Amino acid sequence: MKVQINSERCQGHGRCYDLAPGLFGEDEEGFGQVLGDGVVPPGREHEARLAVANCPERAVEIEEP
Amino acid sequence: MAVDDRFTRDFRDNDADQPLGTRNEIITGPVSDWSTDFSHLEPEWAADPYVIQDDLRERCPIAHTGRFGGGWLPVRYEDVAAIAYDTEHFSSRSIIMNNFRPPREVAPVGGSPPISSDPPFHHDARKLLLPAFTKAAVSRQQPSTRAYCHSLIDMFEGRDVVDAAADYAQHIPMRVIADMLGYPPEDGPRFREFVENTLEGINLPPEERIARMTKLFDYLVEQVHDHLDNPRDDLTSYLIDAELYGRKLEPSHVVGTLVLLLIAGIDTTWSAIGASLWHLAKNPGDRKRLVAEPGLLPTATEEFLRAYAPVTMARLVKEDMSWRGAAMKAEDWILLSFPAANRDPAQFDRADEVIIDRQANRHAAFGLGIHRCVGSHLARMELRTALEVWLERIPVFTLDDPSAVRWSVGQIRGPRALPLRIR
Repeated sequence: MKVQINSERCQGHGRCYDLAPGLFGEDEEGFGQVLGDGVVPPGREHEARLAVANCPERAVEIEEP
Repeated sequence: MAVDDRFTRDFRDNDADQPLGTRNEIITGPVSDWSTDFSHLEPEWAADPYVIQDDLRERCPIAHTGRFGGGWLPVRYEDVAAIAYDTEHFSSRSIIMNNFRPPREVAPVGGSPPISSDPPFHHDARKLLLPAFTKAAVSRQQPSTRAYCHSLIDMFEGRDVVDAAADYAQHIPMRVIADMLGYPPEDGPRFREFVENTLEGINLPPEERIARMTKLFDYLVEQVHDHLDNPRDDLTSYLIDAELYGRKLEPSHVVGTLVLLLIAGIDTTWSAIGASLWHLAKNPGDRKRLVAEPGLLPTATEEFLRAYAPVTMARLVKEDMSWRGAAMKAEDWILLSFPAANRDPAQFDRADEVIIDRQANRHAAFGLGIHRCVGSHLARMELRTALEVWLERIPVFTLDDPSAVRWSVGQIRGPRALPLRIR
């Protein structure tokens, strides 16, 4: 499983880095950023799905293999 | 060093050269039909806007009114979102639906950038503010916010009944924003007056509204002068020094943004804290669960933000058009109700219920699109801290007198009187 942020849609609500701080961080303006390569370590899938389900802009996406 | 003379004479004198804007007849009194004559300033709406919005969603998803010179009220999530995203057809030139429309020439800057700004200027004005309001930046205010919440509760010593709106919720955002702007903490009561003048009293005669706004401008100009004389590490000095397009900001931009930062952060957060405590006072099951499981608080606060979203914005229609079946005219208002969007059953399961452990919650309490509330991270920090401290210190509380709860009137909704029995 891999996460990504559609930067065209992201408005910096910060739900992703609030709910899944192991997968996302904020840049210096508060926009969400994927940490590392976006590959979700085993056991963190729930966090990734929470980030998707709570992004008001639908900017967080999951790629399932 | 060159003297900064931007603020030496009253920059508002320039306004004499500007076009005047338009005023309409002020219409008040009971609403005949909410689908054709709505008004968010009548007591019925203040008491419970949700039943009105739910009814409209069933039968007429975009209501109209002839009041305020004409306007529309979409209540479906889908429509609210589409308008929030559509800056081509809808302007933010004025974001408070009232009886005065500023001249079109104020776009794309507007009176209080960036909330009043349209693209492309909006992006640049907003970029100036974003670094000061990131989650990391506002977390620096958290320890002092927590200490301040404790000090407010310390003052409840010996009292059985307290007003959670006036004695607690109200003070928290006032203190936090005063600290960030660099204004004396004892000026809080004046801020309250400024907020009421700006966001309430919408149907007062325009002359009176202008006179009241002048007091706010005078206060801020005074603060700017104090910061010019004694620059310090706060948002006011930051804005005085900030540059856009290679030059310092227009004085009207500096003061307009200060108006925004002072007004927008106060009664919004005050409302969210108050509405959350109101809910917990009425619902002992939720209260007990949060006391027992404090880890659930961040999830619960999102649900309070969804169900009791305090902020409704406004837009102005740019040109005549038919929009999803509504015959919109140029200069019509749109009352952009994020609270109504947040209760749309097409978007949320059990939309009318408060579910404090709701897992999927794409609520729009802080808006959608380019105008996402710039202070949302600050508001969340204040709301979570205020509730956490309250529940820690006062785990048991009830509504003392439900009929004494009074809600604000206008675009920001929250309890203004909230007597709670705390022992």
